[in-house]
Amino acid sequence: MKSLAELAAIRDKMKAQVNIREENTENAIRVVVGMATCGIAAGARPVLNAFVEETAKRNLDNVMVTQTGCIGVCRLEPIVEITLPGEEKVTYVKMTPEKVAKVVADHIVNKKVVTEYTIGAAE
Amino acid sequence: MTELSLNILDICQNSIKAECSEVRIIINEDIKNDILYMDIIDDGYGMDKEFLKKVEDPFTTTRTTRKVGMGIPLLKMECEMADGCFKIDSEKNVGTEIHCSFQYSNIDRPPLGDICDTILCLIRLNPQIDFFYSHIYDGEKFDFSTKEVREILGDVPLDTDEVLQFIKNYLDENIKNLYGGKTK
Repeated sequence: MKSLAELAAIRDKMKAQVNIREENTENAIRVVVGMATCGIAAGARPVLNAFVEETAKRNLDNVMVTQTGCIGVCRLEPIVEITLPGEEKVTYVKMTPEKVAKVVADHIVNKKVVTEYTIGAAE
Repeated sequence: MTELSLNILDICQNSIKAECSEVRIIINEDIKNDILYMDIIDDGYGMDKEFLKKVEDPFTTTRTTRKVGMGIPLLKMECEMADGCFKIDSEKNVGTEIHCSFQYSNIDRPPLGDICDTILCLIRLNPQIDFFYSHIYDGEKFDFSTKEVREILGDVPLDTDEVLQFIKNYLDENIKNLYGGKTK
């Protein structure tokens, strides 16, 4: 059984790394997931977790995954907005955990927008 | 919603919007009496009497993007479909409490679902808020509090990947343990 005491070991290990992480926030890539009732009902929770897991797997510590409320096009939820530093926001619609892997690989790593998943392609 | 854990995630968004500093989520699976209780209590800025009266109406919302809300009426409907009750109470600048119940064995009661995922999601997205989670299954109890975690962590932020990974495993194991080692 895991006990909270194990956290002390994690704390000691992390203390050395905290500073490195803070320097990165200025050039962060922002991933924003719509988490209103419409988003959650359409499956935003697994999408959000997929982003977190996929970016952790690739050690992309300059990616900030955050939430927002209702974006306004509820029928296209789950909606994810990605902003690379200095670039315009790209809106992905009807996201699934399966689509997340491709978006992370193509857009976040290789800076190539996955056009077929964007709102422009859906509308 | 396909599972109650998603309703919890949804209702908590209201608490977060109400600038709460702590959310308490209490689940009691009372097998003997065939009732599932679910309470969500926050210390946010609450609602005035006027808004509270109409909050169970689907056409009430604080969002500006369209005219319907949904979160609260959806949960209320799910309670009532499963022979349960729904009660919401709020006091301005004190907080809001939601108490719901379901007939445990009712065919229309949604499953609890991945509650661990919901709590993790909440912590990850709102590391500044404290979450208290209490889960009772047939008399057995498990409590989890981010306050306690924070005390141990000291300066290390709650939303560090390693810490979240630990919390995930910790919750998973303890909830599984509640059910006697089986996944549910």
